[in-house]
Parts: sequence; C-alpha cells; structure tokens
Amino acid sequence: MERNSSRDTTALEEPKDQASLEDSSSGPDSGQVHDSSRRKFLVNSGYVLGTLAVGGVISSLFGCAKDGEDNADSSAPADDNKEAAAPNYNRALMYFTQAQFRIVEAATERIFPEDESGPGAKKLGVAFFIDHQLAGDWGFNGRDYMNPPFFAGEKEQGYQGRLKRRELFDIGLRELDNYSQTTHGKGFAELEPDQQDAALKAFETEEVKLTTISAGSFFKMLRSATLEGVYSDPLYGGNLNMEGWRMRNYPGSQMSYLNIIEKDFTKIEPSSLQAHLASH
Amino acid sequence: MAKTLPKTDVVIVGVGWAGGIIASELTKSGLNVVGLERGKERKTEDYYMVHDELRYSMRYEMMQDLSKETITFRSNENIRALPMRQYGSFLLGDGLGGSGVHWNGQTYRFLPYDFQMRSMTTERYGKNKIPEGMTIRDWGITYDELEPYYDKFEKMAGISGEENPLGGKRSNPYPTPPMKKTPSMQMFAEATKKLNLNPYMMPAANLSENYTNPDGVARAACQYCGYCERYGCEYGAKADPVVTVIPVANKTGKFQIRTHSNVRRILHKGGKATGVMYIDVTTGEEIIQPADIVVVTSYVFNNVRLLLMSELGKPYDPASGQGVIGANYAYQVIKGSAVGFFEEKQFNNFAGAGSLGISIDDYNGDNFDHSNLNFLHGGVIALSQTGARPIQNNPVPSGTAAWGAEFKKKSLHYANRTLSIGAQGSSMAFKHHFLDLDPTYKDAFGDPLMRITFDFEDQDRELAKFLAERCSEIMKEMGASHVDYLKELGPYEIMTYQSTHNTGGVIMGAEPGTSAINNFSQMWDADNVFVVGASSFPQNAGYNPTGTVGALAYRAAEGILKYREKGGLLV
Ligand SMILES: Cc1cc2nc3c(=O)[nH]c(=O)nc-3n(C[C@H](O)[C@H](O)[C@H](O)COP(=O)(O)OP(=O)(O)OC[C@H]3O[C@@H](n4cnc5c(N)ncnc54)[C@H](O)[C@@H]3O)c2cc1C
Repeated sequence: MERNSSRDTTALEEPKDQASLEDSSSGPDSGQVHDSSRRKFLVNSGYVLGTLAVGGVISSLFGCAKDGEDNADSSAPADDNKEAAAPNYNRALMYFTQAQFRIVEAATERIFPEDESGPGAKKLGVAFFIDHQLAGDWGFNGRDYMNPPFFAGEKEQGYQGRLKRRELFDIGLRELDNYSQTTHGKGFAELEPDQQDAALKAFETEEVKLTTISAGSFFKMLRSATLEGVYSDPLYGGNLNMEGWRMRNYPGSQMSYLNIIEKDFTKIEPSSLQAHLASH
Repeated sequence: MAKTLPKTDVVIVGVGWAGGIIASELTKSGLNVVGLERGKERKTEDYYMVHDELRYSMRYEMMQDLSKETITFRSNENIRALPMRQYGSFLLGDGLGGSGVHWNGQTYRFLPYDFQMRSMTTERYGKNKIPEGMTIRDWGITYDELEPYYDKFEKMAGISGEENPLGGKRSNPYPTPPMKKTPSMQMFAEATKKLNLNPYMMPAANLSENYTNPDGVARAACQYCGYCERYGCEYGAKADPVVTVIPVANKTGKFQIRTHSNVRRILHKGGKATGVMYIDVTTGEEIIQPADIVVVTSYVFNNVRLLLMSELGKPYDPASGQGVIGANYAYQVIKGSAVGFFEEKQFNNFAGAGSLGISIDDYNGDNFDHSNLNFLHGGVIALSQTGARPIQNNPVPSGTAAWGAEFKKKSLHYANRTLSIGAQGSSMAFKHHFLDLDPTYKDAFGDPLMRITFDFEDQDRELAKFLAERCSEIMKEMGASHVDYLKELGPYEIMTYQSTHNTGGVIMGAEPGTSAINNFSQMWDADNVFVVGASSFPQNAGYNPTGTVGALAYRAAEGILKYREKGGLLV
C-alpha cells in the first residue's frame, strides 16, 4: 500500500476536534498565561478555527504542508544525471582540501557502497556532509569538555584526547593515504575497491599502529559520520533527494502516523524538514 | 560585590519536573516563588524543525553544554576520575522544563516492595540474603502513603494506561485510556499470555486522547510522529513542565522565573538556609536571592554538588560509611535485552511515541522467588515502539559485518523487520558507589565537578543476564527468525547511552544518620531546605524514575506548605 500521510485528509482534519491550550474557557492556561507572541504566531499562521485556535505548532504546519512540499520538489538538489535541475550550491568545500575530500569520498563509499538497492555514500553526498560538519561546532568540539589536564584513561572513561575532530580527521586521512602509499605505492583514492577495504579494515582492527591517535577510533568516527550523512535530513548536505531514507522505507519527517499506527507495514513516500518551513 | 535582591518566600533551584510541580502547588496556595533556571526559556513554537535526528539526537541540541559543566567518572577509588568529555551514558537536561521536555514519558509507579526493600527482603529470605557492602534501605514511606501523590501527578500529566495486574493498589484508574496497540505490541501481548505472564499497556505521558487536567490545562492527543526521546513535542501532547505546571504557576502572578540563572551556593547560617547565590550568565553578575525556604530541584548531580559546595549536610565518607550527602549513588541496569529479526514480517518501526509500549512485571521487584537466585530485585520488561530513527537504529544479526556491502544490504533489509524487548533493571546501592567533589576538574565558574565512583557488581551481572534470557524467551515466542540477546554485562562504561536514570546522593529515610531527608524531602540538618528528585532514592527500582519523582514533588509541596504554617521538622 502506497500512501502519503502528510497529504492525507483525515490528518488535515484531525486538529479540528482537538482541545487547545488557547481555549479561553479552559482555565489557567488561557489568556495572559501565554504571551501575545504566541497569539501572533497563531494569527500569522492563519489557523484559527472559530474561537478555538489549535495548540502546538501543528496548526501552521498543516496550513502550509502542501506549499512546503511543492517548494521541496522544485528546489530539489541536482542528481548527477538529471539535466534540467538547478545546480546544488551546497556542494562545495568548507573545510577539506580537495585531496582530503577525495579520500573521504572514496572511504565512505566503501563503508556504504552503491548497490542494486540504491546509491552509496558518494552519490548521497556524505563527503560534503562530513566536510560541512567539520567546519562547525562538531569539528571544533564546541560543546565538549576540552579542559586540561589530559590523562590517558581507562577504556570505560571514553575519549580523553586533546585533539579536536577536525584535527583527528586531518591526521587520520593523512595516515590512510600514507598506509596506501606504503602498501601499494598509490594514494587511497586511487586504490582498487578491495584494496581500499583492506586498508580500512587494517585501521578498524588497529593492525595499523599510529602514534598520535587510535586508528580504530578514527575508523569508528568515520563510520558513524558516514551513517549520519546517509540518514540525516538532506538540509545538511547528505541523503541526497532523501534517497538514504527511501532505500530503507523511512518516511523522514511526517506530522502524524495516527492513521497507520495500528496497521501492518505501510510504505510512505518520505518528506523532509523543508516541508515544515512555513511560507513567508 | 554581589547584588542582593528583596527576599522571597521560596526560591527554587532548577525548573524541571520537580521544580515546576512545586512552583505550581506553592503559588496556587499564595506563596511568592522565584524559580532560578540556568538554561533558556522554552516553548512549543521552538519545535517547528524538531524532526531532526542529527541536531537533537546526535548533537544533543537540548542538553547541558558539556564545555561548561560535566561530571567526572571512575570505576573505583583506585583509579583517577576523568571528565565525561562527550555525551554517552546519560544526558543532562538544561533549560526551562529540564529533561522533562525531552523525555519519553514512560510513567510507572514503583512497587510496594521498592519502598521497604531492606525489611521485606530480610523478612522473606533472612538478612544473609543481602550481601556484604550492599547498602539498600527502606524509604521511610510506604507505597500506600505515597499513592495519593502518584494519583495527583498522573492526573496533572494525563497519564494514559491500564491497571498493572502485579502493581500496588490504585485509588483511581489512569485519567486517560491506554495508547493504541500496534501489531508488534499485539504479538507481545499474545506471546506473554501464552507464557503465563501478565502484560499491561505501558503507562504513557504521551496522551492517548485530548485531555483537560484538574488545573484546567487542555492538551491535544499524541500523533505518534516518532520523535519523543531527546526531542520537545510540537503538539504539546507529551506532558512536560512547560505545557503543564509552569503555565499554572505563571497564571497566579506569584511565580517569577529567571532563566540564565546558574545557582552556585545555598547560603545558610545556624542550620537554616538564608537564600542562594547565583550568576546571571548573560552578564556574569553575582546575585543573592534571600528566601525563607530553599527548594533544590537541579537534578541528582547538582542537588548533591550544591549541598557539598555549600557545606550543607554531612558529606559521605566511603571509608567509614558515615555521613550521607553523596551516599547510595545508583543507576539502571538497562542492557539486559533481546533483539528479534523477522524474515516474514515488516513493521511500521518508524512510527511511534516515547511511551508507546507494553510491559510485564512478572520479573520485577519481588514478584518472583529469589531463593535460588544470586541477585535481588529485577526489572520491568517491555516492548516499546518509540520511532526507530535511521541514524541510531541499524540493527543487524550478530556476525554481520559492521560496514560495507553486507552491512548495507542487511541494515536496509532489517530496518523494518526488527523488534526489541528491553528491561529497566533495578540498581542496588553499595558502600563504595558514591558521589563527591572532584579534586581536579572544574566547571566554567571554577567550581569542582561532581565525581561519580561506580561500577557494575555481581548483582548487576546476574540480573542483566537473567532479564536478557527472559526477554529472549518472549521474543522467540513472538516468532522471531533469529534472536540476539545480551550474554555478558561487562563493566559500566560512560560512552554508551544507557539511561538518564541516575539516583541517590541525598537519600530519604526514617531517621537522620542514615538518610539526608525525611519523607517530605525536608533536610534533617536544615529544616527550611527541601531537596527533591531521584537524588532521594535509597536504591533504584526496576522502572523509569519520573513517576516517583513527580509523586515525591507533590508530597514535598504539601510539606513546604505545612512547614510554612508550623515550622520545624515535619517528621
Ligand atoms: C532522553 C531522556 C529520556 C527520558 N525518558 C524517561 C522516561 O521515559 N520515563 C521516565 O520516568 N524518565 C525519563 N527520563 C528521565 C527524566 O527526564 C527525569 O527523571 C526528570 O526530568 C527529572 O526531573 P528533575 O526535575 O529532577 O530534573 P530535570 O528535569 O533535569 O530538571 C532539572 C533542572 O535544573 C536545572 N539546573 C541544574 N543545575 C542548576 C543550577 N546550578 N542552577 C540553576 N538551575 C540548574 C537544569 O537546567 C534543569 O532544567 C528521560 C531522560 C532523558 C534525558
């Protein structure tokens, strides 16, 4: 059964009989409790049913879901083989050098390769995703505790290094290339896929011993960043055209599953956060 | 020089579930209350873009910023504690509503046994059943005495559920009917009945239908969107302090919330608190808020840390076992679980709600005979459908490669063909598990971090194995083609998320000396200080904690009102 719940009319009608935080007859949570900005928000969203405004952010979301989706379709990022589509301006580098980028693209494609079920990390834009992430808070460990003193800890105590993620990537990628040069006389990106697999395996199992960082931890970080790039909302630069979600029948961001929650498996065309952006 | 503000009746430190409930109850009774919350304001409109797994689940959008404050951890006293530099084992709340905003809403009541664990265990099995060094205690309150407060919490939050056939006696049914039953929950119900177990729908704060609570707060029903754990609710369907108790307190005109206000000390003189000192983190200004009554509701770690830094109450000394502040730190043994892979069936795993599930208590508390078992207690076992978001959920059968072609193929194949059954294993207190101030590492203000000394014990290893085996039996009965389950618990580690069910450190009891607070959460050593939260659990039960935290908060509020009238120790 193929079904798109965000366009489903029962879902659209659902809010009508829902009680509201703003219901002026419902006691303490009415009137001045919620400030005027909330009221303005509801008015702006144009979603007031009689005297009863709908609670939560659902109101304006349902009001604009359709617009948003059309919007999403027309501005969908370019796929390699679609001619008429606009260029995807998100696809440029914020952190990596081009050489680093090629290694990341090759390595992540081995972690999540293209096959008969659909695109791999390369087509999905995972290397762009990782590049963009390293350029921000995550790359700088902005919300991690990075104060000294630093001591090597027990395994159970987690990461205790002083290096930030962007530095770990710099070192890890350089070492991956060094290792490829030593074993095959070529850079990692130039190796055959099975040679690349062997190199990654040597890092994963710590057969490769590095002095500054742990090869195994670097591989782990690369692997989890790959999955993040495959499956995060396309707004971050990976999961191109929601193909990552589509391959595993994940519907992305839907406002409601009320109509299928009691049912057997239901295939739903995915929708992204762009569909939630109120039109302005 | 610190600026001193005019005195208020009550100052509350931390406005999450416990702080929010107390603010609402006290202001309704006419007291003037100031709520100091270190984080920012929150509202439902913040969640337009909430279905974002990367931002909320992987980058911890709503959690405490660890660059400013974290905890340190060591497995035992012989090794150096080191900071939790990145998130892992548990996630700390921050901002209005605290963790109450991004919780799942699984809202259980503890069992009667939990509150009288030491005496009931001794009575049934003899005192040798409790191993050397295990410091479990009675709470100084019984289930029956706490029942009316559970009832209050459930009515305020609109908990959806049905009676637990093996639970304590209820004065009223749940205020709203259970959540919807998915096909996998149906399978769990049938399998457990066949195994002569007693399934019941998980009590949920997600709201099965539109509901108006006794305070007049109306909320809409859950849409099963699959984004609860680590997310705020864009419908206001999930009960959280921001959509329930805080607006009620605001409405009275007697509640002043000050966000971005980080409390550093409880000020006191001659066995009574005089107020608190905090920093306005937007300006860096040091401010003193005098108050007649100080309520500490800043979650387990900061409840303990504030008392120790303020030198209020007697610090715990693990060598002698004397002192109380920091004692009886416990957690949850959550890894005893089973994963089932179904070749013949697919499920809507992407849909769900944080507390959409079905549970059994046949292996919880003392609901089964422990005579021939090497552990005490147990845990609730449940199958839940909380929305399997794709970055964090890539289950593959054991033996599958962790990356590459095989991993891709199998992880896609099993994405909607996997179910899991998990347990909230209880966690006992031990003499050598405790919280104290770290001697080395500091927060952004230069104050010492909280230090955790904790590891899993034989008790936990046996319990986890036992629960995993039970989970796996049920999964097999449900018809899974392949079942993987935990074989060895291993040591406690800080990297993997387990649960934000930390407990103890300011425990409740019948007398001073072995406990820090009485059953109104009033400090024995300072009768105008009330410390509320899971910090008061002498050991942790086999359930998620918040139903009980809520009940204790309602009782504490009643105690504060009594204290306001009569003064002195209430017990
Ligand atoms: C992802 C997740 C899922 C969960 N799911 C469940 C569940 O399904 N069922 C369940 O029972 N429990 C669940 N929990 C646990 C639940 O959230 C907590 O038990 C509950 O929120 C505790 O309430 P509290 O008031 O004690 O603390 P909190 O809600 O954490 O509130 C404490 C507040 O104090 C503030 N604060 C701390 N220090 C200071 C200071 N120095 N100065 C000022 N303010 C301060 C914090 O910013 C915070 O707002 C979950 C937790 C998490 C993180």
